[in-house]
Amino acid sequence: MKPFTYHRASTLTDRPAGATIIAGGTNLLDLMKHEVMTPKALVDITALDLNRIEAHGDGLRIGALVRNSDLAADPVIRRDYPLLSRALLAGASGQLRNMATTGGNLMQRTRCPYFYDTRMPCNKREPGSGCAAIGGVNRNHAILGASPACIATYPGDMAVALRALDAEVEIESPAPRQVPLSEFYRLPADTPDVETVMRPGEIITAVLLPAPAGGQQRYRKVRDRASYAFALVSVAAIIGMENNRIAHAALAFGGVAAKPWRDPGAEALLIGQEPSDTLFGRAADLILQSAGGYGGNDFKIPLLRRTLIATLRDATGMEATA
Amino acid sequence: MTRHLKVDAPIPDSPLDHMAQGVLGKPVSRLEGPLKVTGRATYAAEARPEGLLYGVLVQAAIPAGKVLSIGDAPGAMVVIHDPRLIRYAAQGMATEGPTAGPDEVEYMGQAIAVVVAEALEAAQAAAQALQVTYEAKDVPVDPEAVEPERPEDKQSATGDLDRAMQDASHTLDQIWHTPSHTAAAMEPHAATAEWSGDTLTVRAGYQMLATSREQLADAVGIKPDQVRLLAPYVGGGFGSKLGINADSVAAAIAAQQLGRPVQVVMTRQQVFDLAHRRSETRQRIRLACDTQGKLTGIGHEALVSNLPGVSFSEPVTQATPFTYQAAHRQIVHAIARVHRSCAGSVRAPGEAVGATVFECAMDELAETAGIDPVELRLRNIPDTEPCTGRPFSSHKLAEALREGAARFNWSDRRPTGQRREGDWYIGMGVASAVRVNSLIESRARVTLQADGRAIVETDMTDIGTGSYTILGQIAAETLGLAVDRVEVRLGDSDFPPASGSGGSFGAASSGTSVYLACAEIRSQIAALIGCDEADLTLQNGQVRTGNVSRPLDALLTGELTGDGHLEPGKTEDTVRQATWGSHWAEIAVNRWTGEVRVRRMLGVFACGRVLNEKTARSQCLGGMTFGLGMALTEAMAHDPRDGHIVTRDLAEYHIPCHADVPPLEVHFLTESDTYVGPLHAKGLGELGICGAGAAILNAIHNACGVRVRELPATPDKIIAGLQS
Repeated sequence: MKPFTYHRASTLTDRPAGATIIAGGTNLLDLMKHEVMTPKALVDITALDLNRIEAHGDGLRIGALVRNSDLAADPVIRRDYPLLSRALLAGASGQLRNMATTGGNLMQRTRCPYFYDTRMPCNKREPGSGCAAIGGVNRNHAILGASPACIATYPGDMAVALRALDAEVEIESPAPRQVPLSEFYRLPADTPDVETVMRPGEIITAVLLPAPAGGQQRYRKVRDRASYAFALVSVAAIIGMENNRIAHAALAFGGVAAKPWRDPGAEALLIGQEPSDTLFGRAADLILQSAGGYGGNDFKIPLLRRTLIATLRDATGMEATA
Repeated sequence: MTRHLKVDAPIPDSPLDHMAQGVLGKPVSRLEGPLKVTGRATYAAEARPEGLLYGVLVQAAIPAGKVLSIGDAPGAMVVIHDPRLIRYAAQGMATEGPTAGPDEVEYMGQAIAVVVAEALEAAQAAAQALQVTYEAKDVPVDPEAVEPERPEDKQSATGDLDRAMQDASHTLDQIWHTPSHTAAAMEPHAATAEWSGDTLTVRAGYQMLATSREQLADAVGIKPDQVRLLAPYVGGGFGSKLGINADSVAAAIAAQQLGRPVQVVMTRQQVFDLAHRRSETRQRIRLACDTQGKLTGIGHEALVSNLPGVSFSEPVTQATPFTYQAAHRQIVHAIARVHRSCAGSVRAPGEAVGATVFECAMDELAETAGIDPVELRLRNIPDTEPCTGRPFSSHKLAEALREGAARFNWSDRRPTGQRREGDWYIGMGVASAVRVNSLIESRARVTLQADGRAIVETDMTDIGTGSYTILGQIAAETLGLAVDRVEVRLGDSDFPPASGSGGSFGAASSGTSVYLACAEIRSQIAALIGCDEADLTLQNGQVRTGNVSRPLDALLTGELTGDGHLEPGKTEDTVRQATWGSHWAEIAVNRWTGEVRVRRMLGVFACGRVLNEKTARSQCLGGMTFGLGMALTEAMAHDPRDGHIVTRDLAEYHIPCHADVPPLEVHFLTESDTYVGPLHAKGLGELGICGAGAAILNAIHNACGVRVRELPATPDKIIAGLQS
């Protein structure tokens, strides 16, 4: 770890220029120990008043410092946004969720092993050095939206649920703004080191949830062990049914791209239809039409298809025995 | 006085069966448990001698070649790249240090230097900033892409297997792959070294002190009697701490050069790179049987890997020659020389992967032959060791299979793919458990103090297994004392050398030496009271013979000392010694995602006398959990270009977590093995893993019809075989 200065912020603006924000530190500290990130200055924001969950219009405003464990257990979240609660509980471990914050969770970095290994080239860590995951061990890498420069995935679960819930990120900056989660993350293209639309000096202050979506909400995460593992594939689904037809559908996918993936075309394809494996398969095919593997992760293509079908069968109430 | 025993003959009547205390075998809780859960048991990395300096290992960033230069390390006291630094860990029981000379790089991640500073953080930062230049060379890293060695003494053939395959009613010929595994002990490798004149004291987490002391002396260039190793508490070993590693050598050299104590603690990533891995294996199994399922042919061909020049090779086929009967047999053992990290003993080397794969093959043959898998095994159990004709010291496989079938309700098992609950296919699987058994020379000293308390001293280690407790129970039983009247002192190389912990031999070997030391004291007590040792009853601090009963402390006028010395003898050769058991698993496979969830497991084991029901059970639970990991989750991924270990922390290398492990049931068969010394106890630590994974893999097939022959059975492997 490289030496750094440490400042504990007392107000939102009490932040030294260029300082990297630390809250729960569940990811940043590891990155600093491995010298993947070497901030010269840290600003600890945990003393700020950003840890409330409060009404916001018909929806909710979740402070950036609300802990994952508190958010998952919040009675209103559990009642009105069960998808979010389930996604949070599918992530990390109890100990990590006790430390991890809402804002920090959005900003977590990929778990590509080559990103963490400073002996190896990585365009995300060291732009221009190359991508060691291409041609390397890439079991848990992206099948959608990757580029020749980077095939890493966004690793989290919470943001996948937020994507399906049409959440927005509230950003404090000289020009405060609210960014839909759909626009918050960037695909790698030629600059995989730039992962979000956050600009220098900006800080996430809250996540805004719209009015409850209702319907059946599922978060289905498939991984290599039953807990404490990153998603191979995850599906966040919100399904509203009317007269045995799908009236509303929101689907987001984790573990497959550098951002929570969503495909409006696939959702539109479901609307007004009676649930069936054929229909769900067609939706999956649409989502996957641009998918490609890199050897170790080829299986994610059929796995996403199968997981989506299983999740939709469950959310639409199809009999498991069919 | 020393009581010496060389186990040349069976001992039909165990003297332990005539003791009166009644504590041996009881589920006594770990004596050191309270110290561990309150943080008072200090491990090697927790030593804080006056003036301690911190050393951080620097690792090679090339797979092979030469270190040309190493730069300065601002902020650190010194960068040491001494030619004595070892390239990889010593193999268990070696009596010399491993190959030294860090400037020659043999694998990516090899330790090439140690940076020392006043503070750990300064040493870490300096190590990370260090500029190293190399002359790299191209080397093979893929075991299947090189022509392997086939050492003559590791090949064997009886009869004509090819012919047996041609003539058989049913055959099986398949290839399995198992990945590299890591031991993944909770405690990282750590050493704190301190010199006093010419004498070196090292606190380290080691499994076998006597040989590690010799290795370290050789590596550092001093005599063994100049080295004292201290390992009172070891946070798990599983083979990874059998021999010395870079931590202790680097700490010793740095402490010597700087004249102050130095501590080197490996990071988790360094543990992955520098502790021995279990070699990946490629196993081809051929089986032939007649219409009744009687095996006529057995072939087991193994390909494993290691660095050039390293003698260890994963003994995959170790149990194959004696587990099942067949007239025509062939064993092939090939070793690929590749530049992956050094391979060595990890969690039951040999049977863990060898018996697991073989038991999968037996399941496939059972299906082909249309015979129940339990019945197929029962029909092929040999009466004597095939090939040699030696008798077995004891043999409980048939009983373990029958008992397990009853306890697990095996008769509920349905044909493949016939049981479903919602989206989950349900299946049941079975496998035999087998592990070779051995005794290792072992010594102990017991002192009976005048107040009637006993002290046991031996350099035996307790690596989390319960050595303190069982040795205390053996002494308490033999001397007729409550367990809390016995103090057990372990993990100090100044104590009489024991077997150490490894190969499941620790409990029986060191336990017997403790028993012998206590038996010597019994004879001294008998002399004091004036009777034959055989007529002596010791119980609760009372000495009885005939009608005479006296308090022990009243009889003693001073302390009594006994030394015990066990040596393995002719029964190593006159009989085949092994432990046996059976594994049972019920699992669920998700029909969409291919996720596998284990619903219940049962292990039935026979290990001779059970010395402590609680710690023995814990050993088996750990082994079965490792078996679950082997079957479903654990894989060390090597980069295909340079061989480096990609999954090098516990988030990426998937040890089963709590949610993966269902309630596990362990049942011990009553057994007494007369060929293994007076304890009648055999090894147990490793039996729990041997075959456990096969029960799960076989259950997967029973559930959904998918055979996974490339371990572990992660969702991708399952869905590849499921119908869409």
